Amino acid sequence: MDPGRRHLLRTGAALATSVLTSGASWSSELSPGRVVVVGGGFGGATAARYLRLWGGHIHVTLVERNPNFTSCPMSNLVLGGYKQMGDITRNYDSLLALGVKLVQGEVLSIDASGRSVRLADGTALPYDRLILSPGIDFIYDLVPGLLPALAGGQVVHAWNAGAQTLALRRQLEAMPDGGVFAITIPKAPYRCPPGPYERACLVASYFRQAKPKSKVLVLDANPEIQSKKALFERAFAQYHAGILEYWPNAELKEVDGNLARLEFEDVKADVLNVVPPQRAGDLARKAGLVTVNQRWVGVHWLTMESTVSPHIHVLGDATFSAPQMPKSAHMANQHAKVAAAAVIQLLKDEPVNATPVVMNTCYSFITPQDAIHVASVHQYDASERTYKTVPGSGGVSAAANPMEGRYAHAWAENIWADTLG
Amino acid sequence: MAVIEALRACIPALFLAGALSSFAALAQDTHLARNLAATCASCHGTNGQALGEIKPLAGMTAQQLMEAFAEFKRGTRPATVMHQIAKGYTEEQVSLIAGYFAAQSARH
Repeated sequence: MDPGRRHLLRTGAALATSVLTSGASWSSELSPGRVVVVGGGFGGATAARYLRLWGGHIHVTLVERNPNFTSCPMSNLVLGGYKQMGDITRNYDSLLALGVKLVQGEVLSIDASGRSVRLADGTALPYDRLILSPGIDFIYDLVPGLLPALAGGQVVHAWNAGAQTLALRRQLEAMPDGGVFAITIPKAPYRCPPGPYERACLVASYFRQAKPKSKVLVLDANPEIQSKKALFERAFAQYHAGILEYWPNAELKEVDGNLARLEFEDVKADVLNVVPPQRAGDLARKAGLVTVNQRWVGVHWLTMESTVSPHIHVLGDATFSAPQMPKSAHMANQHAKVAAAAVIQLLKDEPVNATPVVMNTCYSFITPQDAIHVASVHQYDASERTYKTVPGSGGVSAAANPMEGRYAHAWAENIWADTLG
Repeated sequence: MAVIEALRACIPALFLAGALSSFAALAQDTHLARNLAATCASCHGTNGQALGEIKPLAGMTAQQLMEAFAEFKRGTRPATVMHQIAKGYTEEQVSLIAGYFAAQSARH
């Protein structure tokens, strides 16, 4: 798109105060539009895929720093030794086959007025619409000693899947029988509310089988289990008694080697897994998109567009969640499809869907075979301009069972395919 | 002037299609069925072509799908999660979703 047309579009867009842009509509006849997507996780990869599936010849460039996709969902099975890294890793080949241009790299900065992103290698990628799915980054300042411990490899978070997952598994394998595995959970909201409890369960299952004198300490900053509470409580009591201990109101204040300093006591762990306090990915912060509690990105839910920066859409964990909307891979995948549909419309100057729905289903393993779920359905409320859960809908499992364990595996296969092709 | 004021008052309603049912009918998304069906894909696969143990929806007749949803809502069909999800969708949405999947070809 030449600078003259882009300027006209920009002027037009600046006048628009709603989701219907009043910019030059004739531009769509000349070019179907150019979208840059940053982040190749559940949000970004899904957005890139659906832009191509639904959007015809829209130019889509996906920027991702890692060469492969590693799934955090199901990664706790790797930690327990029940799956291998290969089982949770996928490539981006199907996206390439769909015509997505894949750039392996890091975005350094976003020029919102000039509509381009700058990569670490100096390349500039111009866009008509930008979709960011930057995930979460950690607030190291809140836990003195954490950053050096992570940098030195003594402590791992494994809250981004990949090398961290493998590192934590190796630490657990190396731990002697009778050792202590401590996992610390930050105050909500954080990515994947049930995730830490699932991790504790699967490590406890592994210990019972391989190192039965060992202990799992769940040090939770929250006053209670944050997801599927009754089911996890039952799981802790029924399957993991004697190995797993749950401590609520046990916020991690400081890390000193493998010592977890809580408010009134210190916990010495052989393997210390800190799930750090979190906020929107740094890229969104640096771009000035964080608008809530200095942590999360506010978005217009009909389009997933940033509330402060038009033409930039944000997906997934980085967003300020609507009421009862979890930060989950499933939800990021749902956000992405709303965004893809909206961006396609916006590029054509056509109205966006005014009645979107998103939903979530999230499975957690409490043993290697048995899983539990939570589900919710969110309908857009036009008067409040946000999503609301539907009264009487959603819920959790009646009880953990192996059928749900099999559904959990099938869910993973299907969402990976829906996300990546 | 009165006409312009009236028009200006109408414009927010056009954008917030859910607020007034008459405008909602006019402003219904051209891809609503597709977009609603896409919410199922996270478990049931893209275009309902599910892998593994989750039921494919592609190629089910619209009537089969609507009956299944109705039974999930009533609690008369065995379910681990679909009864909870079915209650979150309106009849109109289920009808649109059912029509969409009926038009998808089943995985071979």
